[in-house]
Amino acid sequence: MQKISVLLFLAWIGFLFYAGIALFTSGFLLTRLELNNHSSCQEPPGPGSLPWGSRGEPGACWMASRFRRLVLVVIDALRFDFAKPKLSQVSGEPPVSLPFLGKLSSFQKILEIQPHHARLYQSKADPPTTTMQRIKALTTGSLPTFVDAGSNFASYAVAEDNLIKQLTNTGRRVVFMGDETWNDLFPGAFSQAFFFSSFDVRDLHTVDNGILEHLHPTMDSGEWDVLIFHFLGVDHCGHKHGPHHPEMAKKLSQMDQVIQGLVERLENDTLLVVTGDHGMTTSGNHGGDSELENSAALFLYSPTALFPSAPPEVSRFLRTYSAVAQDLQVKELHRLQNLFSKASADYQQLLQSPQGAEAALQTVITELQQFLRGVRAMCIESWARFSLVRMAAGAALLAATCFLCLLVSQSAASPGFYFRPLLIPVVWGLTGAMVCAGLLAATGLKLDLVVLGAMAAVGSLLPCLWKAWIGWGSKKPLTALLPMPEPVLLLLLIRFAGFFSDSFVIAEARAAPFLLVSLVLLLVAQLHWEGKLLPPKLLTGPRFGFLTPTGPSRHNGLHALGLGGGLLLCIRVSGLFHRCPEETPACSSSPWLSPLASMVGGRAKNLWYGACVGVLVTLLAVVRLWLRHYGNLKSPEPPVLFVRWGLPLMVLGTAAYWALASGADEAPPRLRALVAGALVMLPRAVAGLAASGLVLLLWRPVTVLVKASTGAPRTRTILTPFSGPPTSQADLDYVVPQIYRHMQEEFRGRLERTKSQGPLTVAAYQLGSVYSAAMVTALTFLAFPLLLLHAERISFVFLLLFLQSFLLLHLLAAGIPITTPGPFTVPWQAVSAWAFMATQTFYSTGHQPVFPAIHWHAAFVGVSEVPGFTWLSALMVGANTFASHLLFAVGCPLLLLWPFLCESQGPRKRRQPPGNEAEARVRPEEEEEPLMEMRLRDAPHHFNAALLQLGLKYLFVLGIQILASALAASILRRHLMVWKVFAPKFIFEAIGFIVSSVGLCLGIALVMRVDGAVSSWFRQLVLSHQRAGEQSSLVYTGAGSSAREAQPHLLPSCSQEPLAPGTSSFYNLKP
Amino acid sequence: MKDTDIKRLLYAHLLCIFSIILSIFIPSFFLENFSILETHLTWLCICSVFVTAVNLILYLVVKSNVSSKRSSLSYKVTRFLKCCIYLLMSCFSFHVIFVLYGAPLIELVLETFLLAVILSTFTTVPCLCLLGPNFKAWLRVFSRNGVTSIWENSLQITTISSFIGTWLGAFPIPLDWGRPWQVFKVFGFHMSSILTFQMAIERKHNICRSLCVCTRHCCTNSRILTTTVQGRFHSHFYT
Repeated sequence: MQKISVLLFLAWIGFLFYAGIALFTSGFLLTRLELNNHSSCQEPPGPGSLPWGSRGEPGACWMASRFRRLVLVVIDALRFDFAKPKLSQVSGEPPVSLPFLGKLSSFQKILEIQPHHARLYQSKADPPTTTMQRIKALTTGSLPTFVDAGSNFASYAVAEDNLIKQLTNTGRRVVFMGDETWNDLFPGAFSQAFFFSSFDVRDLHTVDNGILEHLHPTMDSGEWDVLIFHFLGVDHCGHKHGPHHPEMAKKLSQMDQVIQGLVERLENDTLLVVTGDHGMTTSGNHGGDSELENSAALFLYSPTALFPSAPPEVSRFLRTYSAVAQDLQVKELHRLQNLFSKASADYQQLLQSPQGAEAALQTVITELQQFLRGVRAMCIESWARFSLVRMAAGAALLAATCFLCLLVSQSAASPGFYFRPLLIPVVWGLTGAMVCAGLLAATGLKLDLVVLGAMAAVGSLLPCLWKAWIGWGSKKPLTALLPMPEPVLLLLLIRFAGFFSDSFVIAEARAAPFLLVSLVLLLVAQLHWEGKLLPPKLLTGPRFGFLTPTGPSRHNGLHALGLGGGLLLCIRVSGLFHRCPEETPACSSSPWLSPLASMVGGRAKNLWYGACVGVLVTLLAVVRLWLRHYGNLKSPEPPVLFVRWGLPLMVLGTAAYWALASGADEAPPRLRALVAGALVMLPRAVAGLAASGLVLLLWRPVTVLVKASTGAPRTRTILTPFSGPPTSQADLDYVVPQIYRHMQEEFRGRLERTKSQGPLTVAAYQLGSVYSAAMVTALTFLAFPLLLLHAERISFVFLLLFLQSFLLLHLLAAGIPITTPGPFTVPWQAVSAWAFMATQTFYSTGHQPVFPAIHWHAAFVGVSEVPGFTWLSALMVGANTFASHLLFAVGCPLLLLWPFLCESQGPRKRRQPPGNEAEARVRPEEEEEPLMEMRLRDAPHHFNAALLQLGLKYLFVLGIQILASALAASILRRHLMVWKVFAPKFIFEAIGFIVSSVGLCLGIALVMRVDGAVSSWFRQLVLSHQRAGEQSSLVYTGAGSSAREAQPHLLPSCSQEPLAPGTSSFYNLKP
Repeated sequence: MKDTDIKRLLYAHLLCIFSIILSIFIPSFFLENFSILETHLTWLCICSVFVTAVNLILYLVVKSNVSSKRSSLSYKVTRFLKCCIYLLMSCFSFHVIFVLYGAPLIELVLETFLLAVILSTFTTVPCLCLLGPNFKAWLRVFSRNGVTSIWENSLQITTISSFIGTWLGAFPIPLDWGRPWQVFKVFGFHMSSILTFQMAIERKHNICRSLCVCTRHCCTNSRILTTTVQGRFHSHFYT
C-alpha cells in the first residue's frame, strides 16, 4: 500500500509538471501544420477556365505575366516610417527631425515624378517578426509561426508551396545574394547565389558590401529572371545602435543609393519590389507583435506604368488546412465557408452572364475581401499569438509544483511521516477532472484538453499545498524550507540563472561540467573540512589534540582523493566528445562524433573499430566485475544467467553490427544482400535480448544464492593458529573464547548426531546488495540498445558514464553517514550532482538543444527500408537524444542504496593494518557481516519515505530547470535569440523532463519490485521450512566478496537464531 | 596581544594592496607600451613577483622572531629549497586542476600556467610564509576547528576567498558582449567581496581587517584571473 501510494504520488507530481508544461507550451509555442500540396500550371485554382487565362504564351502559367523580370530587394527591418519624407506633414505638431527620416529620398522622388509607375505601401508583418519566419511568410504567402510541424525537422528548408519553387518550376533563373538564412530555407533552389553569414549582429557592413560587390556585374550579365537581394545592415544597425542613431541615417542613405542605382538600370520589362520583412521597436529589437515591429515598407516600381489588377483568389488552403488540423474554431470556419461558397456562386453567375454586372462584381469583390480578412484573423488567433495568460499560468503551476516537491520532501524526512494523506490530493484531482469532463460531455461543450488537465492539476494542488503550508508555517520558520547546504544552493541558483542568458545557454556544454566539477571539488573539500578525508593520524600535530573526527573515517583519505581525481578526469575526457552549437561559427565539433563508416583511412578505421570493441568488452567486464565483487554473479537465478551469457551475446551482436555498418560499402557484391539483412537483424536481436533480459529481471529480481546445508553439521570454527604461551591480556582474551566456542561446537555436534537429522541451515548470500545488483543489471540492459543507436565512438562516453557515476556514488557515499534505524535521507548535493551529470552526459554524447543537431541517423538503425516519420523512428531518435536523461533517472535510486553498499568495505579495511590484529581478533564476530541494504528492508516505512524523498528531490532539481527555461522563454520572448536559443532549449528541457520523470518512476518501481520479491522470497522460505517442520536456522550473509572465496567457512561466523515461524525479520543481527 | 596582531595584519594587507597598485604603475616607467589591457601577461608576471616579494618582506619583518629558534645555514637552505619545491608543485597542481576544469591542454598553455602561478602567489606563498613547508600544518589550518591564531584565521579566509574569486572569474567567460573592458572583468569582484565580507563577519573578527582582506584578494584575483581564462575560452569557442 505504501509503495503504491509513493508511486502514485510521484506520478501525480509528474502529472502536475506535465500540465504546467502543456499549459505553457499551448500559450508559447505557435505551431502550424505544414501542407505538402503544391500548385501547378496544369491545375487551375477554381472550377472552369480562367477568364484572364492566356495559355500558350511562353512562361505563362495561370495567367500571362506582366513583367518578364523581377528585382526583389529585401531590406531587413525596413520600417514603414524609414521611407517617410523628412518633415512630418501633420499640421499642429512641430516638425520632428529623426535621423532615419527622409533618407530614402529616391522613393519620394519617383513617387512625385512618376506617380503611375510607383506605389509605396505600408505592409503589415505578422508576428513572430523574426527574419526566418518572415521570409517563410513572404515566400509561402501564409502566416509565420515558430514550429511548422512537418515531415522534416532536420533542416529549416521550406517544404510548403513557395514562390521560389514555383519560379524555378516555370524555368526562371533565380539569382540570390545576401542573408545566409535563404540558403537554409531554399537549399539549392537558386541558379546563382552569394550567401553571407548573418550571425554577427554587430557587423553592419559585411553582408551589404558583399552584395554590392556582386550586384552590378550580375545585373549587367543579364543571366537572371528574378534577382533577390537581402540586405542586413539596417537590421544589424537597429540591434547595435537602435533606430535613432546617426549610424542608421548612414545606412539608410547607402540603401537609397543602392535603390537609385537599381532604378537607373531597370529595363522596361522589369518590376522592382523593395520591401522590409518587418519593423523594429524604438530600441531596435523585433520578434513580437507591437505596432512598430509589424509595420514594414513596401515599394513597387517599374519603368512601364503599373495598373491595379483584381487578385485571383483561392480558398483551397483553408479547406485543406481545416481538414488536416483541428485547432481552428468551428463556428468561424463554418461562417467563412458559407461566405466563400456564396461568393463563388456569385462569381460563377457573373461568369455566365458577363454583361452589365458591375454591381454584382463589386459585391463579389467585397465578399471575397471579407472572406480573406476572416481567414487571416482566424489563423492568427490559432497560430500567431502568444497567450500571456496561459504562459503565466503554466509557469505558476510549475513553480507551485516545485514548491510542493520541496515541502513534501522535507516532511518525508521526518520520522513521523504518513503516506495516507498523500493520496488524498490524487483522488481529489482525479474526481475533479472526471466531474469536469462529465459535465462538459453532458453539456456538449468542447473544452481544450490542456485546460482541463491544468484545472485538475490546480484543483488537486491547492488543497495539498495549503495543507503542507499549514503544517510548515506553524512549526518552523521559512528559512528551514531551504535545508540544502549553501554552496549547493548557490550552484543550483547559478544553474537557474544561467537559463536566462543566451550566452550561457549556448555555452551550457561547458557550463554544466564546470558546475559538476565545482560540486565534486566541493565534496572533496567538505570531506576534508569535516576531517573525514584523511586519517586522524596524519593530522595529529602538537596542538591538535582536540580535533577528533566526527564520524568513523570509513574511507582512506587517498581513496576519496583518488575518487575525486578520477571523476574530474572522466568529466574532462568525456568533454572531448563535444558538438558545437550553431551559434558559435568558429568552433569545430569533435571529429569522433561521426560514424566510422564516414572515415576514409582503412587503417585508422580498423584501429578505431578495435578500440570501440575494446570499450564494449571493458563495459561488460566492468559490470561483471562489479557483480562478482558483491557476489551477485553466483546466484543461479535467470537474470544472473542472462548477465553471464546474454550480455556477451549482446556485445558480440553490437560489435558485428558495427563491423558491418562501417564496412558495408566494401562488402563484395555477392554478399550485399546478406550484409543488408544482417544490418537489419543484428540491432533487432540486441534490442530483443535486452528486452528479454529486462523481462527476466522483472520476473525474478532476487539475485540471491541460497545454500541449504541439511544435516551437515557446521564445520569447525576456524581456530586461528596460536603457538606459544599467551603473553598478553589480549592474547588471553582471544584464546579463551576460542576454546570455549570450540568446546561448545563439539558438544552441540555430538548432540545433533544423536538425532536423526541435523538442523537445516539456510545461507543466503548477496542479500546485502540485492537492490543495487538489480539496478545495475537493469541499467546495463538499457545502456546496450541505447549504445547501438549512437555512433560507434560514443561508446567511450557510455563507458565513461558508467565509471563516472560509479566514482561519484562512491564519493558521495563517503560523506553520507548511515543512520541505522532512523529515517534515511539522500543529501541535496547527491541529487544535484546526479542531475548535473545527466546534463553533462547529454552534451558529451554529442547532443545540443537545437533541432538541426539531433542525430537523425538513429532512426535508421535496424530498419530495412527508409521509413516515413513513424512513431517507431520518433521513439528511436528520442531514445538517442535523451539517453542520458533516461539512464540517470532510472539509476537515481542508486543514490539511496550506495552508502549501504559501501558499508561492507568499512570493517574489512579496519582489519587490515597489522598493528591492530590482536584487537581485531578480540572483536566479537557479529560485527563482521554488515547488513548493507538489508537495513533498508528492516525499516520498510523509512525505506519508502526515503524513496519518495529521493524522487521528489530529483524532480525538484529537474523542475527548477524546466521552470527556469519556461520563465526565460516567456520573459525574453522579444529577445533576438528567442526562436533560435530559448524556445528550442525549452522544448528540449520539457521533453527531457518528461523522459526523466518517467525513468525515475520506473527506477523506483523497479526497486519496489525487488523489495516485494525479496519479501515474498522470505515468506516462501519460512513457509517451506514450516511445512517441513524442521528446526532450521537461517544464516544471512551480506558481503559478497568473502562469499565469493569460500562459502562454507563463513557459516559459523554468523550468529544464528532458531527460526521463529512467522517472523519476517529473522535475519536480524545484533548491531 | 590580539589588538597588536590585528593592527599588524591590517598593515600587512594594506602593504599587499599597495604593492598590487604599484605593479600597475611602476612598470610603465621602465617598459614601453605597457598597459594592463594589452600586455596583461607581463603585468601578471610583475604582479606575481611584487606580491611574492611583499610576502617575503613581511615574513622577514613580522614573523622573524618566531622562526629564529634554529638558525643554522644548512637548515635555512633546505627550508628555502623545500619552499621552492612546494611552490612549483602547487603551480603544477593548479595547472592540472585548471585543465581538468576545462582549459585546453595544448593551446594557451602559457596563459593557463600563469593563472596557476598567480593563484599560487595568492594562496601558496602566504601559506609558506606563515606555516613553512609543513604540509600537515596546512591541512590542519584548512579543516574545521583547525585554526589556532588570528594569523592562521586570516590565512584561511584569504586563501579560500582567492579560490572563490578565481572560480567566480570564470563566469563572465561565455558572455558575448565583446566590450574592451571585458578583458578585465570586474564582474566577480563585487560578489566575492561580499562573500568574503560575510565570512569574516561570521567569524566575528575585525571588520576593518575583513574589508581590506576582501578588497585586496577579490579585486586582484578576479580581475587578473579572468583575463587568462577568458583568453582560453575565446580560443576554445571561436577558433
